Amino acid sequence: MNLKLKALTKSIWVFHFASAPCNNCDIEILDALTPKFDLERFGILLVGSIRHADVMLVTGAVSHKGAVRLKRLYEQASKPCLVVAVGSCACSMCIFRDSYNMAGPMDKLIPVHAYIPGCPPKPEAIIMGVVKLIKALKKG
Amino acid sequence: MVKTLFYFIIFPGFLFTALVGLLVSWIDRKVTARVQWRVGPPILQPLYDFVKLLGKETIIPQAGSKVTFLLSPLFGLAAVTIVSMLIWSIIISPGKTFLGDLIVVIYLLTIPSISVILGGFASGNPLASLGASREMKMILAYELPFILAIFTPVIKSQGIIRLGDLLQYQWANSMFLNSWSGFIAFVVAIICMQAKLALVPFDIPEAETEIIAGPYIEYSGAPLALYKLTRWMMLFVVPMFLVVMFMGGILFSGWHILWGILKYILLLVIIVLIRNTNPRIRIDQAIKFFWGPMTILAVLGIVLSFLGK
Repeated sequence: MNLKLKALTKSIWVFHFASAPCNNCDIEILDALTPKFDLERFGILLVGSIRHADVMLVTGAVSHKGAVRLKRLYEQASKPCLVVAVGSCACSMCIFRDSYNMAGPMDKLIPVHAYIPGCPPKPEAIIMGVVKLIKALKKG
Repeated sequence: MVKTLFYFIIFPGFLFTALVGLLVSWIDRKVTARVQWRVGPPILQPLYDFVKLLGKETIIPQAGSKVTFLLSPLFGLAAVTIVSMLIWSIIISPGKTFLGDLIVVIYLLTIPSISVILGGFASGNPLASLGASREMKMILAYELPFILAIFTPVIKSQGIIRLGDLLQYQWANSMFLNSWSGFIAFVVAIICMQAKLALVPFDIPEAETEIIAGPYIEYSGAPLALYKLTRWMMLFVVPMFLVVMFMGGILFSGWHILWGILKYILLLVIIVLIRNTNPRIRIDQAIKFFWGPMTILAVLGIVLSFLGK
């Protein structure tokens, strides 16, 4: 495994994009960063600027207005930047599937590297999703 | 020639300072984690962060000025490297001092902040400009009491402005911390150091919850890595400067080395504890704090040192 990839898997900085969610998933994401679960021991930090991010967490179903911002944020990220869909809304649009103001499933708009289903997913599930993402990265 | 290059690049210069800076920033994060009842990151974490940032894509904003944007991290890094080299070469052999190197060090310690201002204004981002203007106000605020505090030892030693002679004066007499004026100046200098390092009560320029990352907001990849490295190196260099000024530096013989390292660790613990027990203050509060109580304390220290206390 090369050095660049190893450093990337050991130090993942997370940017949190809330695309009009009901905030349950966001609370669970913040839970995963609290002292009880302490993601900093794996080098995972929450950053405020998309330019610093290695992983973009997206919560909520993407609306027509949100889609423009989502695409722009993804373009602004410095690559390699991975996208993780957190929660059922981001994974499959859930109950908003037939709604008139939805821009479609998120993976039709930008590439998605991991899905974490649940409404909301538990912090354990989020951590497991991140672990699976890291394992997939290591395999290449 | 080779010796000078070795001095600059390897031992007291870049490589040594960078490695110790990485270690020190890990200690900072680990102690913070323990204070918050967490486990904290592994010891190689700052190195992983640095290598990862080097491997990432560097984006130059369209609205920004390309040359200034890319060069300003280098200014800060170069200044910090030179300060570290000056201080350590004086600690190792106090005879290597030259007239006015104290003033050179004070001057160079401002350059990293100025590089942050340049970088922030060159990014062409409103939040970065806001952060840079706050950084500018912070420099105006803390520089006055800091310089007053640093000049207290100079007055106490009857006007020595060579770092090496200051060290030898302290070894011959006692360290400046042992007098009233020295103690007051030391307290002022510690608080100004917190502002110089932009740590928590004074992390106003990059206030994460208000203006996201301040001047660093548009930086990514290698320039961001350089900024991070500069900050980690500052966390090593600025306390070392205070150890030399007030606490008698490090005497390179036997047990005295350990005692010198303990002095530095004491300062580091004070920094981390201040950082973990305080909320962020507003920029106007910071200016009032530094130009009011801190400057008055520093002037008091100077008056006391003229009286010989």
